[in-house]
Order: sequence, then structure tokens, then C-alpha cells
Amino acid sequence: MTLKIHQDHSRFKQIVRGKIKANLRKYVQKGEMLGKKGKDAISIPIPFIDIPRFKYGHKEQGGVGQGDGDVGQQLGPGAVEPGDGHQAGQGEGDHALEVDVTLEELAQILGEELQLPRIERRQNERIVTQKVKYTGVNTTGPESLRHFKRTFKQALKRQIATGTYDPKMPVIIPTREDRRYRSYKLQELPETNAVIIYMMDVSGSMGDEQKEIVRIESFWLDTWLKHQYKGLESRYIIHDAVAREVDRDTFFHTRESGGTMISSAYKLCRDIIQADYPKSAWNIYPFHFSDGDNWSADDTRQCIEMLRNDILPQVNQFAYGQVESPYGSGQFIKDLREAVGDSNNVSLSEIADKDAIYASIKDFLGKGR
Amino acid sequence: MPKSLSPRLAALRDEIHGYAKEFGLDFFDTVFEMVSYDEMNMVAAYGGFPTRYPHWRWGMEYEQLAKGYEYGLSKIYELVINNDPCYAYLMESNPEVDQKLVMAHVYGHCDFFKNNFSFRHTNRRMIDDMANHATRVRRWVDKIGVEKVEDFIDRTLSLENLIDQHAPHIRRNPDPQRAEEEAKSNERVEGFKVNREYMRGFINPSEFMDSQRKRAEDEKQQRKRFPERPQRDVLYFLLEHAPLEPWEVDILSILRDEAYYFAPQGQTKIMNEGWASYWHSTIMTRRALKDDEIIDYADHHSGTMGVRPGAINPYKLGIELWRDIEDRWNKGRFGKEWDECDDLRARQAWDKKLGAGREKIFEVRKHYNDITFIDTFLTAEFAQQQKLFVYGFNDKRNSWEILDREFRKVKNKLLTSLTNFGQPIIEVVDGNYENRSELLLAHKHDGQDLKGDYARETLRNLQSLWRRPVNIITRYDGKGTLLRYDGQHHSEKKVEL
Repeated sequence: MTLKIHQDHSRFKQIVRGKIKANLRKYVQKGEMLGKKGKDAISIPIPFIDIPRFKYGHKEQGGVGQGDGDVGQQLGPGAVEPGDGHQAGQGEGDHALEVDVTLEELAQILGEELQLPRIERRQNERIVTQKVKYTGVNTTGPESLRHFKRTFKQALKRQIATGTYDPKMPVIIPTREDRRYRSYKLQELPETNAVIIYMMDVSGSMGDEQKEIVRIESFWLDTWLKHQYKGLESRYIIHDAVAREVDRDTFFHTRESGGTMISSAYKLCRDIIQADYPKSAWNIYPFHFSDGDNWSADDTRQCIEMLRNDILPQVNQFAYGQVESPYGSGQFIKDLREAVGDSNNVSLSEIADKDAIYASIKDFLGKGR
Repeated sequence: MPKSLSPRLAALRDEIHGYAKEFGLDFFDTVFEMVSYDEMNMVAAYGGFPTRYPHWRWGMEYEQLAKGYEYGLSKIYELVINNDPCYAYLMESNPEVDQKLVMAHVYGHCDFFKNNFSFRHTNRRMIDDMANHATRVRRWVDKIGVEKVEDFIDRTLSLENLIDQHAPHIRRNPDPQRAEEEAKSNERVEGFKVNREYMRGFINPSEFMDSQRKRAEDEKQQRKRFPERPQRDVLYFLLEHAPLEPWEVDILSILRDEAYYFAPQGQTKIMNEGWASYWHSTIMTRRALKDDEIIDYADHHSGTMGVRPGAINPYKLGIELWRDIEDRWNKGRFGKEWDECDDLRARQAWDKKLGAGREKIFEVRKHYNDITFIDTFLTAEFAQQQKLFVYGFNDKRNSWEILDREFRKVKNKLLTSLTNFGQPIIEVVDGNYENRSELLLAHKHDGQDLKGDYARETLRNLQSLWRRPVNIITRYDGKGTLLRYDGQHHSEKKVEL
């Protein structure tokens, strides 16, 4: 059935999309939406979608409430009526409307705005498996799926309501209507066919700011590649003078003090590809971030050799992002540019600061590989 | 699409209708329609009307309602429109006991709409007029284009609260005596006739003459002022004086009509919701409830009455006040004798068995709005019983906290938050500011500063209607401030008040 409201609703969604687009650069830089991530949707604050009026700031105003508590007692978060924005005075307000956007949609917007080409898949076959998930409760079903607890709960409710429950003689007899059954859904699980191998330099010269940049940038890379490949695997490698594979959380929160041997990471990357990701079945994306400071020219030579011989022939695209830091010499990107810069599955990007993330995403994803 | 009631529900409606009449409620015919939850969300998004003009914010409203419903956070039980006949909606998935409760609640609202003085001048054929508004707007959309019309509506909505809330039907048009006064003002101040020049200083003392001349001049200025008196109905001022296209005038007047239609509901929220809750509770517990419905009823009722510390629940505050009034007038707890009695024990035992409570509340529902209701009937005892307090933001601790439980302060804060709907009072004071056709508004500052970013954004929208620079005088941190938007830039300067 179509309702009249659907026209207004889709117009609203269109406006939201426009607002996201218009503010995308800001979102990309600030990473302000990365905090509240659900499974596959995200809350984005949209500025000024509510209608501005002459009104009081809520903080300015305060109000009358009702309940227990002494003077000076704090009211818990959420206890105070929201909706008027929280900031009073002259500053830029945070009277934002939070809208939910799916990552899928966000990736589309990103793609449109940055004019990203669709990735040409090298490996296209996808095996889809089906999985049964018991997620719901139903009033009908086979006896084998009867939900014991829910059935009795239901019966208890009914008996209390009809006055036939006697607490002294707690006998509960479910009737046909009380019975509850577990119900299931078929889920399609696409077989993963792309992998991102993230590598990051965590040596002393990479500070918090640099890592924040990597975190934000990798969020967008993830989002885009997820949009292109259903079901995407990610692996994480950190390195200083030695490399090790870690989980996502460790990846973003480790800080070491040692020196830097980039070759150690590339070696591990190569080994992972060889062991787990045969070229025939996988689209492979190594992304490496560092401040461009390597231990020695010799180590850099090793890196380049490994790239040429082992990594580049295997992967869709190898990407290197150099995050500017006050300590790094920034030499590495120059060496890479000279050695493999003209190879068409290499993209190199220098990221001076958060403002540069936007352009850097385009560097990485603009080739459509 | 809405369905009429099943025979079973129609019978229940007749039953509840009978109880409502029995208790003396007096309402227009009330039409109940059955809707799905999706339709309910739609109608609610449209402010209760099945047909509204097209605009994205209904869609936004709908999204929020639909989401709230899906996540189980909120559910609309009751939706009723002030119209003759009244229209009310029932959600088809609700259990029978809820339907009964909602019907009883609705009859309470309908009685209030019909009898409370704030609604006396409201348009009782609003359902038709809303549909007409929609047709008019759609016609402009076809002619002018959706982008332009929507954009104009967006900007006008930004000014929607700038109406004269408390005197919706007074037209302060130019004075008919104006011409006469005009003529009078042209008389020159000449004083008495003087035959002997040396007597002039005594017959027409120069100080007196000067002051007379000045007064005449002032009066002339006064008459030249435009508007003559500050005008609260900013939308009306724009309708009359802003250089608008015919389609813009039409849309602006539609939005103004709708704003006035909804204004009384804002002014009587506590009374109205309290009244409806009082009646659903009375009808259900004294008449309509069956034994096996009590738990569900209690669950629903307590849900409606729930309070969060940092907010006033109008249902709860309203119903308690109505009950308190009824109780006081039943026991004779009012008047000089009661007020002057400070023997605590005597007060507690006070019961003159007057039994005038029911009569009193029917009278009060006729002649009060939220402000006068709270002002007259919210007593210190009541505030204490209901555990009311004032809260505010503590910058140091970066949190909201309870500031005060003192009765006077609680009551004042509550009244302030209800004055003009809790919105700042803003007037047009000059439509020819600086003699350059600029618009000057003034904010009657009552201790609370305007939200700055909103104010600037609103000025921008106002400017796009006035087409010349716009200004507003307000106060920030105690200092007189003139905010200005000239079509390109915002500026701000300190002014003497």
C-alpha cells in the first residue's frame, strides 16, 4: 500500500543525502561519525536540518522537573529533555539531527562525490552459502522448535490476567494459544573474495595524530571496498623493527619505541598472501602507512625487491600512504616513486594532515583497481 | 486507508460514549477511525490531519515516529483533531482495553476543545481547510516548481512562531481616527495672542512653549512610526508590507493560519492532557474496566504517567492538578479562612464536606489556560507532594542538576517556561529602520539570551522575505546587542537599551 507520506519521506531522505554530500569533506576529515557505528549503519549528525527559530538555548533556560533528589544532585544523562540543542550562546551549535545511514549508502555517496570508478574485479566468482539463523519467536511451528520458557511465560500471563493463577498452588497449564515456537530465517552468506592487508608503522616516530589519520582513512577504505565486495576480510600488521600480525584493536592502539624496518612488514605481508590468499581466488589490497622513515637504504632496497617480485604480481593494488610527522624524513615515498611509481597497480599518497585525507582517499581509490 | 469500527468496537464506543455523557462531558460528535500503525504514524506526522501540503518535514517526522515504533521506544495511542465533528484515530493492533482507554481519553479532549475559551475562535472546519491548503500549495508547486515553493516554506517555517499567541483574532489595523489626528497634528503651537510684546514671557512662557512644541513634534514622529505600535504578529506584518509575490503571499497566509490553529493546543497542553487523562482514568476505573483488564490498564496508565527527572510530563502534572483542585473544592480547602490558617494539624484535618469539586473543575476547564491554571491552582503543598524542582546546567560540572525546590522559584520557572509557549517574545518595532526600509525587530528580554546561531540563521530567512537588511535588538550577557543581516553578511554591535 502506498501512503501519501512516502513522497514527503523520500524527499526528506533526498535532502539528508544532499546534506551528507555537502558536508562529506568535513565528515571525512573529522571522523566525527566513526564513534557510533552499528553493524552496518552509522549515525551522522546533519547540521541545520531542523528549522532555525528565534529561541532560547536550552542550557540557558533550564526548566522544571519532577522526582526525588537533593539540591545539587546531578540528573542522569538522558533525563533532560533534548531537542533544543545543548549549546547556548553564540558558538556554532550542535543542534544536529542524527540520521541513520547505511554504510552501503554512505559508500555510494562517497563514490559519487569523489567520482570514484567502480573497482574492476580480477576475481569475480562468488560462492554463496546459506545459513539458518534462529532469530524470532512465532505462534506456530513444529513441536520440535517449541520455546519452552516463552510458552510458560505466556501461560502465566494469561492465568494472572484471567484470575486463574493461584500463587499457593502454582500450576501453569499452557493452552494451544500459549505455545511459542522458535522461528528461523535463511541467511545468505557470500564467500569472501577480497582481502585488505593493513600495515602500519608503529615505531616511536608515529604519534597519536598520525595514527588517528590512519584510523580515519582506513575506515573509508573499508567502507568503499565493502561496498564493492560483499564480505571483505581484513588483516592487520604492525611493525617497528619487526613485524607481527595483530587484531584490529591492537592495530590502532599500539605504540612501540623501536626503530623501523619496513621490510619486515612486507615480508610478513608476502607470507600471508602466499599462505592464505591464492591469486586465483582473491582480490588483494595491501595498504601500508608510515611516516616515511626507514632504517636504512639497504632495507628500502629489500622492500622494493619484495614488492616487485612477490607482492605486486599478486595483488589488485598496492597502496602506500605517507603520513607527515615531525620526526620522519619522508624519504620512503620518494624511493617508492622512483622504483615502482609508474607501475599501474601502485598508488602512493602523501597525507599532510587530516584535511588531506579527502584527497588521499581519491589517490588510493581513484584508479578503480 | 482508515476503516470504520468493527461492530464489536462500535458497541464499546457506544458504551464509553454513554459513560462520558453520564459524567457530564460535553463534546462535538466524535468520529473514530481505525488505522494500521503505519497509517497512524503518517497521520501523526501530518499533525493529525490526513491531508497536508507537501513538505519534507512531515517525512522527517514520519521517519522518527516509524523508527521509534520499530525499536519499541514509543507508540502513539491517541490522536484527535479539534474539528466539528472531532476526528480520532484508533490503532488496529491495540488490545481492546487500550481502545477503551483511548476512547475515554479522546472524549475528554473533545470536551476540552469544545468548551475551553482558548479554542473558541479556532477553525472547526480545519480538516477541510487543511485539504484546501494542500491543494493550493500543490497548485503553486505545479506552477512555480517544487524547489522554489519548498524553499519558501522552509524559510517561512523559520518564522512560524512569530505570531501573537495570546490574541489570535485581534487585527490591529490602522486606526480609523488617524486622519482626524493627522489634521490635529498640523496645528502649530502658537500660544495665546499677545498684544504687548513685553508680556509675552508671562502669557506664553518660553519653557512651556518649547515643551509644547516638542510634544507636538513627538506626536508627529509617533504617527510616522511604522508600525505605530510594536507588532507581535510578525507574520501579518510581513504579509502586509513585505515585497512578496502573490504565490508567496498565499503560502505565507496558509502557514500563518495553521500556526494560529495550533497555538491554543500549545497554550493548554498541561490542562488538556491532564483533563483527558483525568477522564480516561475516571471512566475506566469507575465504569468501563473488566476484572481481567486491570493489569493491562494499569500498565498503560502508569506508562503514560511516568516522569523523568529533567522534564515535566503534562499528562502527569495535569491530572494531579485536576485531582488536587477537585479534592480541595470537595473539602473546602480554599478561600480566606483556609489561606489564613497556619495550624498544620487543622489544615490536615480540614474537610468542610462541600462536595463542590466536580463542579469546580468543569468551571476551570472553561476559563483557564496553562499559565492561569498553574498560576491560580499550583500550591506550595502540591509542589512539595509532586516533588517539583528547578534544574539547570552546571558549567563547572558539565551536567544538569537540581537547583532548587523552593516553591516560589519552581512556580516562577514553570510560568516562565509557559509564557508565550516558552518562546522568546519578539515584535516588529520599525519597518523603516534608519529611514532605509530596513526591518527592526525587538526581543523583549526576560533574562534568557537567544540561541545565537539559530538567531543568525533565522535573520537570514527573514531577510530573504523582507529583501532589505533586517535587524534585531536583543541582549547578550546583559548588554544590548543589535544583530543584523544585510543579505550577505551578519554583523553584531553593542547598543544602548
